[in-house]
Amino acid sequence: MKIIVCLKQVPDAKNVRLDPKTNTMSREGVKSIMNPFDEHALEEAVRLAAEYGGSVTALSMGPPQAGEMLRGAVACGADAAVLVSDRAFAGADTWATTYTLARAVITLGGADLIICGKQAIDGDTAQVGPGLAGRLDLAYASCIKKVQEVKDGVIIAQRMMDDGYDELEIPLPALFTVVKEINEPRIASLKGKMKAKKVEIKVLDAAGIGADPKLLGLAGSPTKVDKVFAPEARGERTMLTGTVAGQVTQLVEKLEAVLNA
Amino acid sequence: MLEIDPQLCTGCGVCEDNCAFGAISVVNGLAQVKEQCTLCGNCVDNCEAGALLIEQGEAAVKVNPADYAGVWIYAEFRHGEIAPVAFELLGIGRRLAAARGVQLAAVLMGYDLQDKAQELIWHGADEVFQLDDPGLKDFTDEAYGNVLAHLIKEHKPEIVLAGATAIGRSFIPQVATSMGAGLTADCTDLAIGEDGNLLQTRPAFGGNIMATIVCPDTRPQMATVRPMVMTALPPDKGRQGVVHKLDAGAFNLAARVKVLASVITAPDKVKLAEAEIVVAGGRGLESAKGFALLNELADLLGGSVAASRAVVDAGWIDYPYQVGQTGKTVAPKLYICCGISGAIQHLVGMQSSEVIVAINKDPAAPIFAIATYGIVGDLFEVLPRLITELKNRTL
Amino acid sequence: MIVEVAQQITNEKVIPCRAELDETEEFPREILREIAKADLAGLYIAEEYGGYGGGVFDMVLAMEQFARGCVGVATSFAASALGAYPIILSGSREIKQKYLPPLASGDKLAAFALTEANAGSDASGIQTTAVLDGDEWVLNGTKQWITNGGEANFYSVIAITNPEKGARGASMFVIEDTDPGFSYGHKEKKLGIRASATRELIFKDCRIPRDRMIGRQGSGFITVMKTIDRSRPGIAVLGVGLAQGALDEAVKYAKQRIQFKKPIISFQAVQHLLADMAIETEAARALVYAVAAHIDAHPNNMSKASSMCKVFASDVAMRVTTNAVQVLGGYGYMRDYPVEKMMRDAKILQIYEGTNQIQRNVVGQELNKEYN
Repeated sequence: MKIIVCLKQVPDAKNVRLDPKTNTMSREGVKSIMNPFDEHALEEAVRLAAEYGGSVTALSMGPPQAGEMLRGAVACGADAAVLVSDRAFAGADTWATTYTLARAVITLGGADLIICGKQAIDGDTAQVGPGLAGRLDLAYASCIKKVQEVKDGVIIAQRMMDDGYDELEIPLPALFTVVKEINEPRIASLKGKMKAKKVEIKVLDAAGIGADPKLLGLAGSPTKVDKVFAPEARGERTMLTGTVAGQVTQLVEKLEAVLNA
Repeated sequence: MLEIDPQLCTGCGVCEDNCAFGAISVVNGLAQVKEQCTLCGNCVDNCEAGALLIEQGEAAVKVNPADYAGVWIYAEFRHGEIAPVAFELLGIGRRLAAARGVQLAAVLMGYDLQDKAQELIWHGADEVFQLDDPGLKDFTDEAYGNVLAHLIKEHKPEIVLAGATAIGRSFIPQVATSMGAGLTADCTDLAIGEDGNLLQTRPAFGGNIMATIVCPDTRPQMATVRPMVMTALPPDKGRQGVVHKLDAGAFNLAARVKVLASVITAPDKVKLAEAEIVVAGGRGLESAKGFALLNELADLLGGSVAASRAVVDAGWIDYPYQVGQTGKTVAPKLYICCGISGAIQHLVGMQSSEVIVAINKDPAAPIFAIATYGIVGDLFEVLPRLITELKNRTL
Repeated sequence: MIVEVAQQITNEKVIPCRAELDETEEFPREILREIAKADLAGLYIAEEYGGYGGGVFDMVLAMEQFARGCVGVATSFAASALGAYPIILSGSREIKQKYLPPLASGDKLAAFALTEANAGSDASGIQTTAVLDGDEWVLNGTKQWITNGGEANFYSVIAITNPEKGARGASMFVIEDTDPGFSYGHKEKKLGIRASATRELIFKDCRIPRDRMIGRQGSGFITVMKTIDRSRPGIAVLGVGLAQGALDEAVKYAKQRIQFKKPIISFQAVQHLLADMAIETEAARALVYAVAAHIDAHPNNMSKASSMCKVFASDVAMRVTTNAVQVLGGYGYMRDYPVEKMMRDAKILQIYEGTNQIQRNVVGQELNKEYN
């Protein structure tokens, strides 16, 4: 089974802090990390390849620095890593991104299974997985929380829904996205790290994936950013003071006003 | 790419101050762009010298907007009920349709729909496209996607909205991709711009900034809308509308993915997203046992408990209770945070709550910056007193 | 690389559950499995037996991280290595082949059994005996306070094979947990390192095949000495890691705790306390690293250096953790914060693997020899 796992490098949200004065985020010292949902996608790919046989290729679209993240993916069990990187990709929305990734998958000779994280924590769109499946015309399911088994070319899996879950039969070739319940990502092992240090990361540019330049990046994106602005600061803010008992009494009065409104 | 004209740049630094991504810095009196640039264009708008330019290029996919008319909403139907978000979509849909002077239609599909279409009309739909077929009993991306795409191609609506629910966020992206249409996820505000385009506003970068997105060159303009953000209109049982009962034979309902079973597990209490009162706990609870206090308070107020990511990761409570960027988004009337410091990741999921109460030991905790009422103190002292006092009052 | 891996395990797997392990006195089997999955179980085992082939210095780097999180967990990890060292240092090829690969993969755990009721610092008081009966050794006696006791799959056990020969009459054996006549006794309740298991081993006509002897007959004490010379820097580094963990907690708290309208770190009395903690921790680290590197380079001359670093780093750990509790004041004394556990854990470092008094004897005796 040839598995491709799509990974995105994102700013580490844990370190992003809101500056209360300007209401903008302070990105000082913010590290880039692998999108947390993608860690679960990678783990599932490595787990399935180990259990049912196969190889795992980690695929990312991003700036050259994303290569480090891909090394991390190899340290956690991926067999190969491919970075699609070109200035022409900048400003891509999910539509242009799925085009780029689809070209990359085709260039890599396709896959039996593509696994993506449910969404990236910077954009939160959750559109790249389904969009990519659509472009490659693959059987698709989102938010998989458990893969029960793979046999005879089908995957039996559970899809998380708002009110429970659906048990699905997904025929290969397929693409699914995962939620974090699906597994616990492993810590990179010593041997994995040594392998990652030596691994050659294949880099493909726009020409390398045979992409139509018109469909890439900002020009290829149907959605355009009209404006960006800071969210409105919240209205009234009151710190209650006094003794604990006094604070609680004040709070109860405020709550009554809220609850009876 | 963002181009900077060195002749025009005055090195004033306005662009640097306005960049939410820290992607521009002024070096030796000249603005310079860094890797982080997302081409959002904020700097271009703010540059008084006109020194910044983003090469837009010619859009590759272009349609004639005049060929498209009407506002559509997708009315999600599952397990015998229309999802509440559908009525919220009709609420905003009415406003958009009025601004554009067009009709508002709903697409309702599933199996055994009975007369649910009527409810959509009461809530504001002028038309309902209804497809009732056993082949749509279970949700599959493929069949549902095919039906919606087919209808869009046939009727050419200018705007298509869906709820940002598990189902909406799963199949709408494929429909948009197949239409070559732009799609904006998880919108919190929608309006019609002066040029008639749909202005789709959504939080970006963990809610730190808001971005307004437009799709000037493609149609339909598609968006998923966060549940609990828009307001549904009160039902008007006298409202008239047309229900188009469609013939399943005209559609391709085949799906490669098969649903073997559909299991409802979420107990009522975890219907967090719909709770009017939420009592949330963070690391300050110190252990799983701390939730006993929260449960007591939540029960007393008739609300639901919730948690920050830290304590879900620590295994003190299950993931369905997690609020934040990687968990649920809630917007209740009252949100009480106990021992939650207020990491961005959490704030994103609850900052649109009407009233926020924060109880935290650390006066510098960022949660106080957004709290309507803040108490600096030990939650193990504050909560028991609060519970006692609330009990006394209600008696 | 070793540090990175060990650090991640410590931050993600050890620190989140250390308080619970301390409370429940539960053996950290899950964490040891994580360590094995990250290829660190076989860090000190040669590559031909499935390990990483690292030296004492590599072990020290990994154990420093574990100890920063929890000395109980680090001790459980270290105790397995201590049980393996006699096999690595003196075992035959066959014995190595049989016991080292499952240790390296993390499938099995080892332990080291020396101490008895009357043989602590004075190892010559050993009363456990092994008598050859045909093709089998028959062991009788009781070992006490054996770390990983009841949890390990096999034990490196020292027993008297020739009572007349004194120190040269002791030999080492591998005992498997399923051997007939071998059972576990009382499990100890301890002040600190409560995640680690400490238990009695009882040998009652315990019969094992003849080829389970490690090294030659009568070489037991030499093997023990070689083993603990190598393991002492490992114990020392537990002190370094622990002190670092306590310092981290103390500084974090001092920056955030407001008294008299200022964070307490702005008071000189607190600053000096923290400064001394940092200086001592760094000095201990420098000494332990230097000794570990020395041992890897000069494996035959290590007793004095390894005793020195064990004494110094464990005394530092005791002082630094005590002062960390002081910095946190009342909060520090409560179980809600990790420093009281750190202080309880620190005490054992001055006691086990040779008390600090015995270590000073070793240093003294070596000095006496050197200046002859």
